[in-house]
Amino acid sequence: MSLLAAAGPLEPAARSFLSPTGVEIVFLLVGVAVLGAALVTVTTRQLVHAALWLVVALGGLAVEFLLLTAEFIAWVQVLIYLGSVVVLVLFGLMLTKAPIGRSPDADSGNRWAALAVGLATAGTLVTLVVDAFRTSWIDLGAGAGSAKATGEYLFRHWVLPFEALSVLLLAALVGAIVLSRRDDEGKKPRPRPGKLRAGKPVGTSSGKES
Amino acid sequence: MTFLEMLLRCVAVLMVFLVFPLVIGQTEHKVMAHMQGRLGPMYAGGFHGWAQLVADGVKFVQKEDIVPADADRRVFQLAPAVALLPYLVVLLVIPVGPGGFVGQAVDAGIFFVLAVMGIGVLGSLMAGWASANKFSLLGGLRTAAQLMAYELPMLLAAASVAMAAGTLSLPGILEQFEWWWVPWQIVGAFVFFVAGLAELQRPPFDMPVADSEIIFGAYTEYTGIRFAFFLLSEYVGILVISALTTVLFLGGWHGPLPDQLGWLWTILKTFALALVVIWLRVTFPRLREDQLMRFAWTTLIPLALAQLALTGIVKVAITS
Repeated sequence: MSLLAAAGPLEPAARSFLSPTGVEIVFLLVGVAVLGAALVTVTTRQLVHAALWLVVALGGLAVEFLLLTAEFIAWVQVLIYLGSVVVLVLFGLMLTKAPIGRSPDADSGNRWAALAVGLATAGTLVTLVVDAFRTSWIDLGAGAGSAKATGEYLFRHWVLPFEALSVLLLAALVGAIVLSRRDDEGKKPRPRPGKLRAGKPVGTSSGKES
Repeated sequence: MTFLEMLLRCVAVLMVFLVFPLVIGQTEHKVMAHMQGRLGPMYAGGFHGWAQLVADGVKFVQKEDIVPADADRRVFQLAPAVALLPYLVVLLVIPVGPGGFVGQAVDAGIFFVLAVMGIGVLGSLMAGWASANKFSLLGGLRTAAQLMAYELPMLLAAASVAMAAGTLSLPGILEQFEWWWVPWQIVGAFVFFVAGLAELQRPPFDMPVADSEIIFGAYTEYTGIRFAFFLLSEYVGILVISALTTVLFLGGWHGPLPDQLGWLWTILKTFALALVVIWLRVTFPRLREDQLMRFAWTTLIPLALAQLALTGIVKVAITS
């Protein structure tokens, strides 16, 4: 949103919402499809199907970015998020028995809490966006979301939030490593740092951490 | 761009998509045979068996399309399309010659290509899981692990070229190209090409379809036309990786002849690289899974990072 806001000055609505253009209709239709795919993702009882519906939802989001002329963001969405679904499926298959058909335990007692949190988040975001933009109209010229424009906004105007976010991600990464290593502390003699223990396959351990 | 022109470009890309992989496949049959002291196909079509792959295609279409009883039907049937279509989309944006000789120029071309190619692996993973067969599942998991290991060096190598050219667009990179980029980016070229081979699961990186261990990996249960789609996606993949290496590292349409013949250079370089792919298949034995992973994490990634550093240093040195 910040990118769009930066793309042009906000002007009061000069257009009616009752005569949508073709792009706007497509945008809404894709949005409905994304919402539907997202709902199926969280309600389906089939583990791998859930991940595949997530692919549909994230791919649809990429199309939405494209329709907003944010081309670079769209490809990043495909590269990072769809790529990470592969990892998700991989861990889903490794941690379960990967059954074909319904998983009887693919349910959680927390679902009502999750629903409440989801609705609250959606409500907050929708209120925020509606309140912030109201009826203002942003004219999306071609090239407003190209790699060049995005890079300039990101590294000129938003460089501090960008760097802060990367520190946050780094902290999350380190935290994940710390959490996953907590078990064997104090039980086994700790290996000397900087040396690989003999007999430990090198590739598999580093492969999981990526 | 008029509607007619757009249609024409799409049809042209579709023709390339249907013809070039067959040419590469036939070359593989013949070249591999001669390297091993055989003749290869000699009968189909008359002259040196030129129509062998056409005959194979007809055979695949006629075969029964079987879905195993315990398989997840829809995912099983969808998987070949998910594996094949990304390569068709990627072919659209690869520039062949100067002056807009490209299906569709995309602003962030490198990003687009790498992003879309990653989706293809999802097809193998879907196929492996949906087959309800432990060999298929193992193959699918190996495919995904391989992708995770080799995607990173590939991205880094591509980023190095983008940094050198100062643009993410594929035609834009070629317009900036100078001959001395080839020695400058040679390490990146090696990393990119090898990681591309690994992503295609070509020998020596064909652990996911290792026939002596897991039959044919994720594709074990497939028959008929769906199996042919998986095979086709491998050969389109060779075309795409060769063409991308040509465009990014070997100067694409640049060559001694005038610019009008630039497309000829692109095609020549692409087929030369495709020949190298075939050559490697005949030469090297299959890497073991741990060797494969170690190669990616301890050789390719450091090399790619070194290339990135070198590119940055030279870039700063020549612009200042």
